[in-house]
Amino acid sequence: MSSELAISVRGVGKTFQIARPQARSTTLAELLISRLRRPLRADTATTDFEALRDVDFEVKRGTVLGIVGRNGAGKSTLLKILSQITPPTRGEIDLYGRVGSLLEVGTGFHPELTGRENIYLNGAILGMNRREIAREFDSIVAFAEIEEFLDTPVKRYSSGMYVRLAFAVAAHLRTEILIVDEVLAVGDLAFQRKCLGKMDEVAHQEGTTVLFVSHQLSTVRKLCTEALLLDRGSVVMQGGVEAVLARYLQINTEALVATTELPPGVANAPARARAVHTFNLGGEPSGQFLLGEPWRIRLDFEITSALTHVIAAAGLRSIDGTPLITWWSAPQDLASGQYSVEFLCEVPFSAGLLNFAIGISAHERSIYYVEGVGSVTISEVAVGEQPLRASGTGVLASTQRPPITPRASL
Amino acid sequence: MSTPAGPLVRIRPPGRWEALNLSALWRFRDLLWALALRDIKLRYRQTVLGVLWVVLQPLLGAGIFAFVFGRIAKLDSGGVPYVLFTYVGLLAWNLFSTTATKATTALVSNASLVSKVAFPRLLLPLSAAVSGLVDFAVGLAAGIILFAIAGWPPGLGLVVAPFWLVLLLLLALGGGLIAGALAVAYRDVVHVMPVALQLLLYASPVGYAISAIPEGWPRTLYQLNPLAAMIEGFRTGVLGTGASDVKTALYAAATAVVLFIAGLVFFRRRERQFADVI
Repeated sequence: MSSELAISVRGVGKTFQIARPQARSTTLAELLISRLRRPLRADTATTDFEALRDVDFEVKRGTVLGIVGRNGAGKSTLLKILSQITPPTRGEIDLYGRVGSLLEVGTGFHPELTGRENIYLNGAILGMNRREIAREFDSIVAFAEIEEFLDTPVKRYSSGMYVRLAFAVAAHLRTEILIVDEVLAVGDLAFQRKCLGKMDEVAHQEGTTVLFVSHQLSTVRKLCTEALLLDRGSVVMQGGVEAVLARYLQINTEALVATTELPPGVANAPARARAVHTFNLGGEPSGQFLLGEPWRIRLDFEITSALTHVIAAAGLRSIDGTPLITWWSAPQDLASGQYSVEFLCEVPFSAGLLNFAIGISAHERSIYYVEGVGSVTISEVAVGEQPLRASGTGVLASTQRPPITPRASL
Repeated sequence: MSTPAGPLVRIRPPGRWEALNLSALWRFRDLLWALALRDIKLRYRQTVLGVLWVVLQPLLGAGIFAFVFGRIAKLDSGGVPYVLFTYVGLLAWNLFSTTATKATTALVSNASLVSKVAFPRLLLPLSAAVSGLVDFAVGLAAGIILFAIAGWPPGLGLVVAPFWLVLLLLLALGGGLIAGALAVAYRDVVHVMPVALQLLLYASPVGYAISAIPEGWPRTLYQLNPLAAMIEGFRTGVLGTGASDVKTALYAAATAVVLFIAGLVFFRRRERQFADVI
């Protein structure tokens, strides 16, 4: 393997100015009024949030670097800076080669345009010129398996065809450095296998340097030659995949808490979840439960404009993203306000670490969704005297449909 | 450790001034066409009349202007059939207003691209000018038929028409770059733009000739609007009904160039923050 440098990151930091609620000026009128009131201070209502601090690392050519870390660790911000979508606030980065990045599947695809038109448009957006696209065209079409549908608008494609095509264009970029965010999660298993194969080929046969973010540790294990662990905006560790993943699992367990604040969802959505709380049947907050012990999960959420047929849902995912169970509330019409719903949880096997997936929908349309947040563990120690011993995974069915209840606002 | 001659790209925090980075623009030149092409294709997909709308829109507009200003207000068009007179004016006006409008919304309506893909953001407003020009070309072709029907030969001043078109584009892009960059943080701009353009349309010699404005200080004031010289210059040239004087031409050119450069500088200074704000 070559020892040439591909990426050098030195002292990189990124600070976002986050506006405090209520005091943010998003229209000119509000800005003018706030300037008139406080002419001397430019913007008093912001707080700084350090998304990345003092990030230093180097990547050698031909490395497939897996970047892992909990939600909010700064992975996506780092990728955006390396892709030159957003600038760092501090520090310096050297890139020894052209960078191609795929941060989201299907960005720039237009539903009304045909597959052929979208290949040319998307290729151009990603930085290929027409000659390069023409050269890769057949290979892109073959990878996406859309030969017969080339001249059909992509809005008529199945979701599988759509994500295959979107990935295919990016995979044929032929840049020296390829940056891929958690994008494989959108497709089915066959798609994931295909994309992994392609990335493997690009990395190991063509010597491309790949930076790859994933929550699916099995994927990182399979694909990456090296890993980097980020936590709260800093690099915790860089090195061999197994060692880094072990440290990652350890951090995850240390961070076991009974309450997890949830990230805001889509901007201006009419509903968002606030927090998940877990506690035992005695009502004590806890993030660790015994095997066989029933426990409760409470989801706090907020409706900002009245919605009908609202269902709030919480699910458990294994650490590599496999869904285990989902609980749904009974559907309800809700006025704007604060609400909660509680689910009774019984997981019949021990599990090292489980994440939550949280969703809110109205009329079966998703309004808010996050996954990979928070965590609980189900220990191997069983409750009571009977020798319970079961570990592993499986999909569980849930039959409860608890009601949504209003919550006194804070 | 052996390293190549030096990094290809060095990423640093944004400074106060950003160079234009022409090499990146050149590398992504095909994107300019791809974006303009997308725009053109999408506009007329799933319409019955398709490209015909490019012609019908100014034709209907010209008809309305001819009726209001020519028939009702009985303004003077210098002997030119009034519909032809307003059609030529609208061709120039539409190039300006389409480009300015599209440049203003270019970033906001491509928010997902801006926040997920790296490319020179300047290409988004610039592609607005390309699709504005394509519309103009189709409108011009239809204009030739209109000339034939009206029995009015194009004037020799046609050769200076490109000069006025370039000025119209520079002016539209200059304003559009500033408005577009502002709209990323303040969406108000998107709502203000149509109103401002509506006002500007009536403050420009599109439905009437400059000669309709009283001479003396009202006309001087009126001609502070650089569009006045551009649209009148384009129209008198194409219709062969007169020539512009050098002074107003220079004033229009200077305004357009200055606004365009100001737009570029303003846009570049804010460009790297777009993804964080949009």
